[in-house]
Amino acid sequence: MKPLRCAVCIKPVPDPTRWSKLRLDPETLLLCRDEVPAVINPLDRNAIELARGLGGSVSVLTMAAPDAEEHLREALAMGCDQAFLLTDKAFAGADTLATAKVLAAALRKLGELDLILCGGYSLDGSTAQVGPQVAELLGLPDLPHVFKLEFKGSGLRCHCRTDSGHAIVEAELPALVTLDKGANQPRLASMIGIREASSKKLTVWSAKDLGLDPSQTGLRGSPTRMLGITIPDLKRKGDVLQGSPAQAAVELVTRLRKEKVLP
Amino acid sequence: MDFDFPNEIKVVKRTAREFAQQNIAPRVEEMERTGEFPPALTREMAEVGLLGLITPKEYGGAELGYLARTVALQEISRVSAAVGLALQVHHMQVAALADWGSDAQKRKHLPALDKGEYLGAVAVTEPTGGSDLMGMASTARAEGDGYVCNGRKCFITNYKHAGAPVVVLKTGEGSKGLSAFLIEKGTPGFSAGRHENKMGMRGSDTGEFILKDCRVPSANLVGDEGDGMKAALKTISETGRPGMAAVALGVLEACYEEAVKFAKGRTLYGKPIATLQAIQWHVADIHMDLETARLVCYRASWLKDKGRDCSVDMTTAKVVATEAAMRASRKALEIHGGCGTMAEYPVSRLFRDAMVCVSSGGTTEIGKIVVSRAALS
Repeated sequence: MKPLRCAVCIKPVPDPTRWSKLRLDPETLLLCRDEVPAVINPLDRNAIELARGLGGSVSVLTMAAPDAEEHLREALAMGCDQAFLLTDKAFAGADTLATAKVLAAALRKLGELDLILCGGYSLDGSTAQVGPQVAELLGLPDLPHVFKLEFKGSGLRCHCRTDSGHAIVEAELPALVTLDKGANQPRLASMIGIREASSKKLTVWSAKDLGLDPSQTGLRGSPTRMLGITIPDLKRKGDVLQGSPAQAAVELVTRLRKEKVLP
Repeated sequence: MDFDFPNEIKVVKRTAREFAQQNIAPRVEEMERTGEFPPALTREMAEVGLLGLITPKEYGGAELGYLARTVALQEISRVSAAVGLALQVHHMQVAALADWGSDAQKRKHLPALDKGEYLGAVAVTEPTGGSDLMGMASTARAEGDGYVCNGRKCFITNYKHAGAPVVVLKTGEGSKGLSAFLIEKGTPGFSAGRHENKMGMRGSDTGEFILKDCRVPSANLVGDEGDGMKAALKTISETGRPGMAAVALGVLEACYEEAVKFAKGRTLYGKPIATLQAIQWHVADIHMDLETARLVCYRASWLKDKGRDCSVDMTTAKVVATEAAMRASRKALEIHGGCGTMAEYPVSRLFRDAMVCVSSGGTTEIGKIVVSRAALS
C-alpha cells in the first residue's frame, strides 16, 4: 500500500481538570474559554496517534483562536508533519455546521487526501456532528465512532461502536473516520519532538484565504441559536413501601404492572 | 514583560504532567513502602525524552534549556518529589559532562544517559559533609597511565542505577587539589555501599560508593586534573540547586492542591472548614509562597538560558523554594488536622519530602552564605 496522505482535525477544549472554574457568558451563553487553559480534545489525540502510525504524511488542522498554535505545536511534537491554523474573527461563535464548512474548505485547499481523521466528539460540546458534517460537505464516506480500523485492499474496514453493540463498516478511500474511545493509546509528545516541532511548518488561513464569505461563517453563518441552558433535574423521588416484606412485594409488583414495566 | 510561557514550554509542562499522572502516580505508594526507585521508570522517562531534556542536540538530546527543565521537574515532583530528585541529579551528571567532559566521554556517555541505559549521578559528599569540599578525604593517586582511587562517598542519589557516575576525588592540596572522574560500574575496586533509609524522598535511591584500590584511566578525568572544585561548584550551583528548587516547587504546588481540596471537602460544625478564617489564612500563605517561589525559580532558569551569570540567582531560588515548601507542607498538614498524620493522605509525604529538599544541594545556611557574599562584595 502506498503511503497515505492523512489530515487530522483537532479541537482545543477546556482542560477537564479545571472544569470547576468554567463559566458561561450570561449574554451569549457560550463558554468563557479564555478563563481556563485548553488541551487537545482527548479523542483527537487518538486520531493523531492513528495517523502518525500509518507511515504517510500527516497534516493537522484546527479552527480556533490564534492561541491554539500551542496545540498545533503539540500535535507537531506528537509526529504530525505540518499544521494549519484556521483563524479569523469571522469564525467566532460558529456552531457545528459553520465549523464544518471552514474545515471542509481547508481540507479542499490541502488537495488530494486519502484519509481524514477526527475525534468522535469533543469533551466540551459532545455533539459528534462536526466529523460527519465535514464528510457530507466533501462528499466522502463517513465512518463514525470507530474503535478498530483495518486496511483492506484499496479501502477500509472499520469497527464502529453503536448504541446497541458494534457494526463492521467498509468503505473505499478517500474517507473520513471519527474515532471512539479505545481506538489506541496515544503517545505523549517527546522532548525531542517538542524541539523539532518549533521548526515545522505552521500555516495560518483566514476566511479570505479559504475563499469563504465571512457572513456565512461564525455566529452569522450558524443556523443553530442557543436560546437557553437548563440543568436537568436529576433528583429522583423515593418511596418506601410499608408493611411486611410480602405486602411490600405485592405492592411493588402491582405498581410495576401499572407502569407497564411488568406484563 | 511577558509572563506567559512560550508554546514549547507549555507543551513540555503538559507532557510532563501527563507522564507523571500516567507513569509515576500509580507507583508512589510502592516507592514509599519499599524506599526504592522503580528501575522501569528510567526507560519510561527516556522514551519521553525527560532524561535528555538538557543534553546538547549534537549528542542526541532535546536541548530544551533550563526553564523547560524547571517546569518538567516541577510537574514530576508535584506527583513524586523522589522521582523529581532522581531526575534532577541525573541532569547534574549530564551538565557536568556537557560542560567539562571530553568529546569522547560525551559521545560515549551522553547518548547512553539519554536512552536510560543508566541514570546519572554526581558523587561529591563524604562522611565529613557535602559542603566542605576541602575537607574531602577520598583520594586519586596518579600511577602509570591512570589513577588509583580510594575512599567512600555517601548520600549519593541514584547510586544504585548509575552506570558511570562523576566522582570528585582529592588529587592534591588546595582549591586545585580536587579532580573529577568518570568511574564506570563494574570497574574493579568500585562498588556500591549501603542503601540509606530516608525519612522523605523515599522513592529515590540514596547510598554509598566505595573505592578500594580502584584503577581509573587518565582518559576518565572529567576536565583537567585540578578542575574538580570548579566543576563541582558549577554543577551544584547552576544545575543542582535550581533542580532542587524545581522539586520544591512541585512539592509546593501539591501542598496547595491538597490543602484546597481538604479545606473544601472537610466539614466541621456543619460547614466546610474552608469557611473558617484560620484555614483561609493558611491557604493564602501557601498560595503566596507558591507564587513567589514560581517567579524566582522561573527567572533564575531564564537567566541560565540567556547565558547570563545566574549562580547567585539559582541559589536564591533554591533557598526561597525549599523554605517555602517546608512552610507550606507544615500548613497543609495543619489544615488536615489529625488526618494529615495518616499515611493515606499525601500531605505527610509532602512534609517529609520538603524537609529533604532543604538539605539537598546545600542547606539554607550555605545558600545564605553564597547570597550574602555576592550582596556584600
